[in-house]
Amino acid sequence: MSKIVAKTGNEAMAEAMRQINPDVVAAYPITPATEIVQIFSSFVSNGEVDTVFVPTESEHSAISACVGAAAAGARVMTGTSSQGLALMHEILFIAGGLRLPIVICEVNRALSAPINIHCDHSDTMASRDAGWIQIFSEDPQEAYDQTILAMKLSEQLFIPSMVTTDGFIISHAMQRVEMYDDREVKEYLGEPKSPYNLLDLDNPITVGPLALQDYYMEIKVQQANFIKESKSKIKEILNDFNKKMKRDYSVVEKYMMDDAEFCFVALGSTAGTLRYTVDKLRKEGKKVGLLKVRFYRPFFEEDIFEALKNIKGCAIFDRSDMFAGTGGHLFNDIKSALYNSSSRPFLRDYVYGLGGRDIDVEDIENVYNDIKDFTENHGKGESVKYITVRE
Amino acid sequence: MKKNWKEVEIALIVKGGTAEEFKTGDWRSEKPLYKNDKCKQCLQCWLFCPDSSIIVKDGKMLGIDYDHCKGCGICSKVCPFDAIDMVKEEK
Repeated sequence: MSKIVAKTGNEAMAEAMRQINPDVVAAYPITPATEIVQIFSSFVSNGEVDTVFVPTESEHSAISACVGAAAAGARVMTGTSSQGLALMHEILFIAGGLRLPIVICEVNRALSAPINIHCDHSDTMASRDAGWIQIFSEDPQEAYDQTILAMKLSEQLFIPSMVTTDGFIISHAMQRVEMYDDREVKEYLGEPKSPYNLLDLDNPITVGPLALQDYYMEIKVQQANFIKESKSKIKEILNDFNKKMKRDYSVVEKYMMDDAEFCFVALGSTAGTLRYTVDKLRKEGKKVGLLKVRFYRPFFEEDIFEALKNIKGCAIFDRSDMFAGTGGHLFNDIKSALYNSSSRPFLRDYVYGLGGRDIDVEDIENVYNDIKDFTENHGKGESVKYITVRE
Repeated sequence: MKKNWKEVEIALIVKGGTAEEFKTGDWRSEKPLYKNDKCKQCLQCWLFCPDSSIIVKDGKMLGIDYDHCKGCGICSKVCPFDAIDMVKEEK
């Protein structure tokens, strides 16, 4: 039996953590993710979970404690955002390389400078190459579901996961959330599963040994191959989640794409505004659809390729810039994915919403007109545009 | 035979104590020579050796494990009785 509650994204993630009941949570507070572990720490004090809570002096230490605990076979979680994730950066690669099933509740927030506490995706994007699964959430419901799903994925695949929400837009906005029974989550996840146990004294192991020219490459190719193979396993686990938890999630979500000539592609909360705008434009007879990328890492290029094959013009919404003179991260990944396709749509990148700058329906309608013109002009002109900015 | 990427242990998590299998003796440019006649069995060399390369049995220093000794010279330096000489390693 599920129950309907009103929760912010942070509250929803904290509730998911309570139901997951991790063995260890090590964390350091940072806006706008503070509440997740703050609420969770009250569950610890109230005896509602069996977790050892480790308050550390920095995010670098928090994720390091998570690595140690996970290597000892514990179920481990933490939460962070922005500069906190950036400070974890070094250790994220170690967690990925050691194949530890850690889950981070990550709230997307702009990176300094200038200092800013609001949403963009620059923090999560900066850690995209660390060998973690990255899942974006559109609303508190997805944040809740996907936190539980992430724990399952990590423990099945031995790949760490971060589940992201958009800072303030989701983290602090209260919405309807359908929660499972504690028992259902417990049954779904089962016992914690770890790839090895450092504290098994009868079977001593070495974790993180030196590997130079003669072994490093074998280890990294093993990791790369496992991530590649994980894509089909993620789909299986997602299907099983949908069946058991009565949801309808897919790695990339298509909306009104079947007969669409133009489409929007986006991550996270903006997908909601885009869906609303698609409905509005459809009423005006415009053949437009939406592709929401739920899993950014691993990158499901075949699914994206398949979804875009009959599209004429595609507007990519990027809430981050690569500062390479080539636009945002999603645009560059999709552009690469389509390189070998014979039916490539015209692609234009729309970098928007940096540092929490709002995007509204009118902005998106303008993008629709722009991508239509761009397509009719056979892609002439700049391929990257900055919108929601004063010019 | 070295393992390929499919055979190698997940994330190279291997059993403990594998450093023993890694012969670091060929790094050496200088070699300690043990002089049994001068040794008073104080075991200072054993205490200070960073690579567990002083062979001790039944409380007695027997010699040096050249498979692992890197030739750092600490044993020679700490020996109060001049019982370990460092000489150039000849291959």
